[in-house]
Amino acid sequence: MTCKELTELITDYLEGKLAFWDRVRLQWHIGLCAACRAYLRQMRQTIRTLGMLPEEPIPPAVRDELLERFRDWKQARGKPAERSS
Amino acid sequence: MPDESPLIDALRRGDEAAFAALVERYHGALLRLAMSFVPSRAVAEEVVQETWLGVLEGLARFERRSSLKTWIYRILINRARTRGERERRYVTASPVESEDDAAIDPARFAPDGHWALPPDRWDEGTPEKLLLNSEARKQLDQAIEALPPQQRQVITLRDVEGLSAEEICNILEISETNQRVLLHRARAKVRRALEQYLHSESRRVP
Repeated sequence: MTCKELTELITDYLEGKLAFWDRVRLQWHIGLCAACRAYLRQMRQTIRTLGMLPEEPIPPAVRDELLERFRDWKQARGKPAERSS
Repeated sequence: MPDESPLIDALRRGDEAAFAALVERYHGALLRLAMSFVPSRAVAEEVVQETWLGVLEGLARFERRSSLKTWIYRILINRARTRGERERRYVTASPVESEDDAAIDPARFAPDGHWALPPDRWDEGTPEKLLLNSEARKQLDQAIEALPPQQRQVITLRDVEGLSAEEICNILEISETNQRVLLHRARAKVRRALEQYLHSESRRVP
């Protein structure tokens, strides 16, 4: 396996979808090649970074509006749903 | 997966605090996801609003076969698709976009397929440090925004929101192979953006 091939197989590897022998070959290559080790680490760091991206908080006005809709919803279904089940 | 039954029961009962918590937890993620389907932020915001109403409508029928999160994302994607199609062709790009196929610029390899310009070692604390830096975050956001829609949808669901590959194939109605090809291309581009950022940073330091 060349370094170039490895860079194309890396997603299958990280997603656990590489066939057994390809996985062995890839791991063997990683064991011997510092550059590809660095590449694999970069890929993992990229994925971790994406997973840590902060989300925008909900604007208070939007939140209040939604809670109001929730109350409407609750009331609308509360009336006919007086039957206890 | 934590047991969501108490939360679902509370929502069905009309527990406002439970709904407020749900909205706060998912709103940002939904907005991010919506923006990968529709062409503008304003439309994305509307789609998220509609999604929450859809959640209320569907709550009684929710069968707990998927996680609450996946169910909510599915509602969002259905609405976003409808909107995206209405706004314009945005969502329906060709199944596999076929621009620059290589994960790494071929010029970085020697003719024998080994690195000619090997990747740098990134600092151990990279994600945390990067995300504290607003310039880095801007570049990261821009790299994601610049992705073709399907790549953006897949990487958002898989790496940002942490859904399983199987769930993503289900929601987006794409094959496993296609999902992985899209993910591969998207990750390669985001990695490249981080590399460019880190490289220019390291050169700035004397």
